[in-house]
Amino acid sequence: MSPPETLPARWQGKTITLAHGAGGRAMRELITELVRPVFENPLLAPLEDQARIDPAVLDGGQLAFTTDSYVVSPLAFAGGDIGRLAVCGTVNDLAVGGARPLYLSCGLILEEGLPLETLFEVLRSMRRAADEASVSIVTGDTKVVGRGSGDQVFINTAGIGAIPPGRATGPAQVRAGDRLVVNGTLGDHGIAVLAARNELALQIPVESDSAPLNGLVEAMFAAAPQLRWLRDATRGGLATIANEFAQEGGFGLLLDELALPVRDPVRGACEILGLDPLYLANEGKLAAIVPAAQCEALLAAMRAHPLGREACAVGEVREASPGRVAVRSRFGGERILDLLLGEQLPRIC
Amino acid sequence: MKFIDEFRDPGHARALVRDIGATLERLGATAERPVQIMEVCGGHTHAIFRYALKDLLPASLEFVHGPGCPVCVLPMGRVDDCIAIARQPGVIFTTFGDAMRVPGSAMSLLQARAEGADVRMVYSPLDALAIARANPGREVVFFGLGFETTMPSTALTVLEAERQGVANFSLFCNHITITPTLRALLDTPDLNIDGFIGPGHVAMVIGSEPFDFIARDYGRPVVVSGFEPNDILQSLWMILRQLERGEAAVESQYARLVRPGGNPAALEAIARVFEAREFFEWRGLGSIDASGVRMREAYARFDAERRFAMPNLAVTDPAECQCGEVLKGLIKPSQCRVFGGRCRPETPLGALMVSSEGACAAYYQYARPDAEAAA
Repeated sequence: MSPPETLPARWQGKTITLAHGAGGRAMRELITELVRPVFENPLLAPLEDQARIDPAVLDGGQLAFTTDSYVVSPLAFAGGDIGRLAVCGTVNDLAVGGARPLYLSCGLILEEGLPLETLFEVLRSMRRAADEASVSIVTGDTKVVGRGSGDQVFINTAGIGAIPPGRATGPAQVRAGDRLVVNGTLGDHGIAVLAARNELALQIPVESDSAPLNGLVEAMFAAAPQLRWLRDATRGGLATIANEFAQEGGFGLLLDELALPVRDPVRGACEILGLDPLYLANEGKLAAIVPAAQCEALLAAMRAHPLGREACAVGEVREASPGRVAVRSRFGGERILDLLLGEQLPRIC
Repeated sequence: MKFIDEFRDPGHARALVRDIGATLERLGATAERPVQIMEVCGGHTHAIFRYALKDLLPASLEFVHGPGCPVCVLPMGRVDDCIAIARQPGVIFTTFGDAMRVPGSAMSLLQARAEGADVRMVYSPLDALAIARANPGREVVFFGLGFETTMPSTALTVLEAERQGVANFSLFCNHITITPTLRALLDTPDLNIDGFIGPGHVAMVIGSEPFDFIARDYGRPVVVSGFEPNDILQSLWMILRQLERGEAAVESQYARLVRPGGNPAALEAIARVFEAREFFEWRGLGSIDASGVRMREAYARFDAERRFAMPNLAVTDPAECQCGEVLKGLIKPSQCRVFGGRCRPETPLGALMVSSEGACAAYYQYARPDAEAAA
């Protein structure tokens, strides 16, 4: 049975009330008639308090388990919405650990007054992203908070996946001379959300890069089995991930300014607002450290995948300056690329 | 990208660096006795560090980082005033983003917002006026700060508020003006600066002529410069060429934007709304005569200083700060006794550590030696 395309007539024009979170009939109807049909899958169907999973799905691998909460304003933006983020983000947190994502949970915190049309669209978006990632949403929870106590929809998803035997990524594997690669342009998501807030008198033709990366990661492991370390470059952007790598791994990273891929509209917006694209959020980008000898094979495999067409090497691991990330400028000088103190604030002039 | 990449071309940069090096040699400059050039504007400081220009240039040339970062030089007492206004019932306090983190004596605007004040970040003062129109029952205050670069847009917003008859909009005016401060700096006996990179965006508004006194009265070359790396390199070369010829004149490298007489429409708006204050306090430098502006009597109804009660107290800078010596080129940021220790970007003691365009913050962020990173 395929998920419903439109909100059932009896729900149209209605909004979430406190009754939908009270555990009674209203809540049961919401879950059985609205949520379950959208997420439809055999593990969810019995609507028990837990999903029951056969450990054989791990196929001899290690269990990977992660959780993340999603809040974004506005709920929808060019290229995605909170539902898509909530699935892709958790899928990606599993994938960059080398895991094959299997099942997700979905905890919804809804604000009283939320139109059911909006909820339905968020759920459908979650389902589409789950289908793209070949995962199922198998258990969940719904709470309703009074008007003003939330911001329309907050979502928590947890996910489990299986790490196939033999895959071991982490700082211990990294060597000086290894390359740092990314799968495409930086900062698209951050600028797309900024543009969607309508606070800027700027038209910026950029879509969020929100996407599940597990397919790409599989292709990467196939091409470069000795992949050293992967992370997805979400909040804080590539600059933050690079600093995490360097600090947790105790090595230095040197990035090449001219190699860093940034779309022109993102560059333009950053020039005007005084932002640095290296600190902008991404939702479909990963950074990976790979032995230099496997770098070309890895890039070729990434570029053959739809989510890695613009993959490129952007830097190198070095022994010098352990714990520190530097950028080699287009002129050959070096500057430190530090962690941000807090959120990036536009400059005055 | 058009109008950006041309000014960041590595080939042009290398040619300029060669010419700069040759001129420095002819001048007899050495690492021990370098030519010292002050870039007045924080935007230049930021670009110098961001593009690591220092690494390209010989040690016989030193940058001295000037006082032109309006966020840095804002005194703590004025931030306290902002917070006092923002906390009054019914007030929506609007500000540029990077002013939100500037510490007052007790807290920043970011912290005041966390504690319940309605503080909103805007990208233009006109956005603040729009908020005022949308919230007729609230008092909307815009935190105006910056040099002549941002003054015209604030002045035009006040004129627009008058034209539209918006009664619930007012301006907390902290605009400052650079030339009296440069004069005060040039009057310091131990000053160690051979030439100036002039502030391009200020000059776009006021023109290059207001800087004539630096060349005429103090015998130092000034080149008004753009903000791209090759703009700065070209300006350095132009200054060195003047030094080599024994000249001191005001030249403009930023001819694509700057006219000798400035922008008449912008200057007219400024003159209509603002007048000079007798003095204004600068963080790190102290009180400087005629270095700030306030609103004219005719616009008193839009003046937050007259409409709101505020403490209006001066807060002295910590005694251990050496911002003044850094600004005069006597020491480098890292030679300050509190740099990187008690004075860091997350807990700035001195003015120059406050904003990312402050010399010490830029130095800390982009170029601190390895040992300090580990500390």
